[in-house]
Amino acid sequence: MSILGQRVLRTEDPKFLTSGASYVADLDLPGALSVAYVRSPVAHALVRSVDLDAARRAPGVVAVFAGADVDAGPMPAEAPGAPAAMRRPLLARERVRFVGEPVAAVVATSRAAAVDAAEAVVVDYEPLPAVVEPEAALAGEDLLFPEAGTNLVVEMDFGRTDAFFDGCEVVVRQRIVNQRVAPCPLEVRAAAARVQADGRVTYWVSTQAPHSARDTVAACLGLDKAEVHVVTPDVGGGFGAKIGSYPEEVFVAWLARRLGRPVRWVETRSESMLGLGHGRAQVQEVEVGGRRDGTILAYRLDVVQDAGAYPSVGALLPFFTRMMATGVYRIERAEFRSRTVVTNTTPVVAYRGAGRPEATAAIERAVDLFAAELGLDPAEVRRRNLVPPDAFPYTTPTGTVYDSGDYRRDLDLALERAGYAALRAEQAARRAEGATRQLGIGLSTYVEVTNGLPGGEWGSVEVLPSGRATVLAGTSPHGQGHATAFAMLAADATGLAIEDIDVRTGDTDLVPRGGGTMGSRSLQTGGIAVRQAAETLVEQARRLAAELLEAAPDDVVHDASTGSFSVAGSPTTARSWAELAAAAAERADWGRLQAEADFTPPGPTFPFGAHVVVVEVDTETGQVQLRRVVAVDDAGALLNPLLAEGQVHGGIAQGVAQALLEEVRYDAEGNPLTANLADYPFVSATELPSFELSHTETPTPRNPLGVKGIGESGTIGATPAVQNAVVDALAHLGVRHLDMPARPERIWEAVRASSGTTSR
Amino acid sequence: MIPAAFEYRRVHTVEDAVAQLGELGDDAKLLAGGHSLLPLMRLRLATPAVVVDIGRVEGLSYVRDEGDQVAIGALTRHRDVEISPVLREMVPLLAHAASQVGDPQVRHRGTIGGSLAHGDPASDLPAVVLALGGTLVAQGPGGRREIPAGEFFTGFLETALEPGEVLVEVRVPASPGGWSFQKFNRRAQDWAIVGVAAVRRNGSSGVALVNMGSTPVRARATEEALASGASVADAAALAAEGLDPPADLNASPEFRAHLARVLVRRALEEAGG
Ligand SMILES: Cc1cc2nc3c(=O)[nH]c(=O)nc-3n(C[C@H](O)[C@H](O)[C@H](O)COP(=O)(O)OP(=O)(O)OC[C@H]3O[C@@H](n4cnc5c(N)ncnc54)[C@H](O)[C@@H]3O)c2cc1C
Repeated sequence: MSILGQRVLRTEDPKFLTSGASYVADLDLPGALSVAYVRSPVAHALVRSVDLDAARRAPGVVAVFAGADVDAGPMPAEAPGAPAAMRRPLLARERVRFVGEPVAAVVATSRAAAVDAAEAVVVDYEPLPAVVEPEAALAGEDLLFPEAGTNLVVEMDFGRTDAFFDGCEVVVRQRIVNQRVAPCPLEVRAAAARVQADGRVTYWVSTQAPHSARDTVAACLGLDKAEVHVVTPDVGGGFGAKIGSYPEEVFVAWLARRLGRPVRWVETRSESMLGLGHGRAQVQEVEVGGRRDGTILAYRLDVVQDAGAYPSVGALLPFFTRMMATGVYRIERAEFRSRTVVTNTTPVVAYRGAGRPEATAAIERAVDLFAAELGLDPAEVRRRNLVPPDAFPYTTPTGTVYDSGDYRRDLDLALERAGYAALRAEQAARRAEGATRQLGIGLSTYVEVTNGLPGGEWGSVEVLPSGRATVLAGTSPHGQGHATAFAMLAADATGLAIEDIDVRTGDTDLVPRGGGTMGSRSLQTGGIAVRQAAETLVEQARRLAAELLEAAPDDVVHDASTGSFSVAGSPTTARSWAELAAAAAERADWGRLQAEADFTPPGPTFPFGAHVVVVEVDTETGQVQLRRVVAVDDAGALLNPLLAEGQVHGGIAQGVAQALLEEVRYDAEGNPLTANLADYPFVSATELPSFELSHTETPTPRNPLGVKGIGESGTIGATPAVQNAVVDALAHLGVRHLDMPARPERIWEAVRASSGTTSR
Repeated sequence: MIPAAFEYRRVHTVEDAVAQLGELGDDAKLLAGGHSLLPLMRLRLATPAVVVDIGRVEGLSYVRDEGDQVAIGALTRHRDVEISPVLREMVPLLAHAASQVGDPQVRHRGTIGGSLAHGDPASDLPAVVLALGGTLVAQGPGGRREIPAGEFFTGFLETALEPGEVLVEVRVPASPGGWSFQKFNRRAQDWAIVGVAAVRRNGSSGVALVNMGSTPVRARATEEALASGASVADAAALAAEGLDPPADLNASPEFRAHLARVLVRRALEEAGG
């Protein structure tokens, strides 16, 4: 029996659960210096002067640098189309643009000495008006980059049709804020660098994309890519925020070269809350029109994307929002516009879903608003508009081509698992008796895109004479379980045992090219590449076995259950992988038993599903209790359901967190109000019920295994289901929309505004 | 964050602690469970030159049945308050409230003395001791003295402890009757946005509030209304009377006042009689 599809336990867990994992902070780097950054305490200001003298004299200090001392950078442009003037310097020079922006760097013999000395750096700031709200940035009264002449980074506008809502009996509009959130990986950012004897720089970094980290360091420092060797040790989470490189990391490589000594930087959580990119941060206008029978005819989405102070990946989120704008629905007409602006806030990057949760939240709220306006059951309105199973490949009005799906089946399954009719009956009873705690039932039917940007991956499998095999891949895991998944793929193809396979990633000297891990792409790109490399290796081994056994290759049988090769009909002649690898090593024309593959899929894949969420809302206090999360997810063929469920669990938790708890907040001057985990309500297990998970498997035709991605479905599917449930609990009181998160006071105000009473 | 440099001294007796405080004055801070002090130091909001660790002082962790009252040593951890059979039977409000403090790590490190001496209006135990009408025992250079809970909390993070005094004991009257502890927060591990401690004893009621002012406070208007025979609903409606609740990310003063009214009503209903 094939191990594909089995619940194979994670081979990496014993290491992570004991003390064996090794992060950048753990690396043994004898003589390494520590860096502390001096960060701007103001959101927007001109830097009049930076006085480093006192810091230079502080105990343990080796060197102190300000922006003017730095002959490297700026960071490469990450957002195509963004004005060149908006590129980010490694250290701020004339102007600071957000609280937390590094202005100077103190290098000392210990971290404590560096932190103490950083307090002695004196910076003279001349405050400027801060631009905090994206809509204010659009107005353009105060500019972050006067040289650019605008706060607008990029715009996608496909024009407006006057007759857009013609034929619609009902049109509903809503402004929706998809709030800014902080990704909060457990491991904060960290980087270290050392110049080797041959002049190359070894650069250790906590990243999702080692090769692009290499390219960024090389570009900023004016080096050849070959002069930079990136090593990614274990990475304690990224959630998208560690796709790109950060100035604080790159600068460590500059320091190591400048000072000729190894240098390490590990940030604190407080720094991370300001410096690691944030996610989401869209203001949306949705308009949906259709017929009274519930048929949706036209959908318009207008997005203002907050990129934060420097355009990074976040500037591009609307690209994905547009791609997935109409969701699972067959809608004749759709219009989309987006404008990305800079503001005096932490830069916005990708965060678990990156533009797709925003698309799903918009359309799922819109569908509920439309259903509520018509007095129809939201499940019924969804059923009426879903793309049917026979419509695939399906091209959406925004030009996206969905691969495969059966949306109706997942919706029906989720409703059945949830006991939808009984829930509605309980809700009706509570409404009738005027209960303090009302029941809310929220639906979300979603489709998302994984591996959304074109690109492939490289993979390699090598069997050594010891009988162990090494798998290399260009993807770069940080919690997903690739060591298990990729070993399963290689084991299944070769017959080697999973325990005998080492999966290695993240070292740019071992792995010649790679895109990294993001956008739920790893299995469908890197996994397939590994699989194909393993299949090629089997064919090579067959040829070698044929030579050894003096048989024709076609007569050599590979037994994938034992991992042996023999001549058909005479199993006693079998050669093991170890024997073949040893034989290869002895033969000049072979040398190694190794094969590699590049796999580039013909297009992205589109996982989908349906989530039903049940909440209880205390109408007196505004407290929301999450009662149930019923999720049906379809990510194509499942390689390992255990790994898939792990992804769904974490994703739902973060989705719930956005819907109920989390929001990065600033005051009017751009001061962050949620800059530590006491003020930023990171979700914990106590707030979460056991999730009720089911899977359906609709294979994609876009790769040989039929697999899609599952890493982000939780934040995409669950978030609007929770939000819809909260609104649903209060719908009978006249509440039609609530922005996330469902803060108690916000709910109390909505109830008060709807019922016209002040207090009970 | 990394705290500013400080000197660490460990003492083994209350007398030593008092002597150290006398010698060092404002430069010193006592360290008990560290779960209020260390976060402030790590954020560099507190930068004591010397930290005097009283964590291993002998004989300050106990719960003693004294008939009509219970005496609790200042170093008794929240967890030990929570599971104390004596408190569960004689002062169930306090045992329960201790179980609502933070998360298990916090409850295994934080002490009742530290929680009271810190004087944080957002902490749970100060309001509980207020509602119970407890007494705090301090030891200074001149010996021991008793301070009624109602006089202990003097300002934001300020108490009636004199410089040089160590809080050594908390006494609370046996209160086995009706009680309620309402803690309103968004996550189980969080401080209360608003909290209510209520106890009914011998026909009188003690009601105190968490996070409704610059100190832990009694809901005096409610207590007085109940004493003069008002209904629970009417008394609860007065819960925020005369108070000046704070504004923060979780709630405006207006919402806090509303929560106080709702939660006091619920508390009184639960406490009964
Ligand atoms: C994550 C987290 C969550 C928390 N959640 C809650 C919560 O929900 N509810 C809640 O009530 N509290 C909460 N706390 C605070 C916790 O209860 C603290 O432990 C408690 O408030 C302080 O007790 P401590 O022993 O840790 O005191 P320390 O931190 O050691 O000291 C606090 C202050 O009191 C002084 N001090 C300590 N002992 C004495 C003494 N015997 N005499 C004189 N002065 C003294 C110290 O000098 C210091 O100024 C939380 C803390 C954390 C870290």
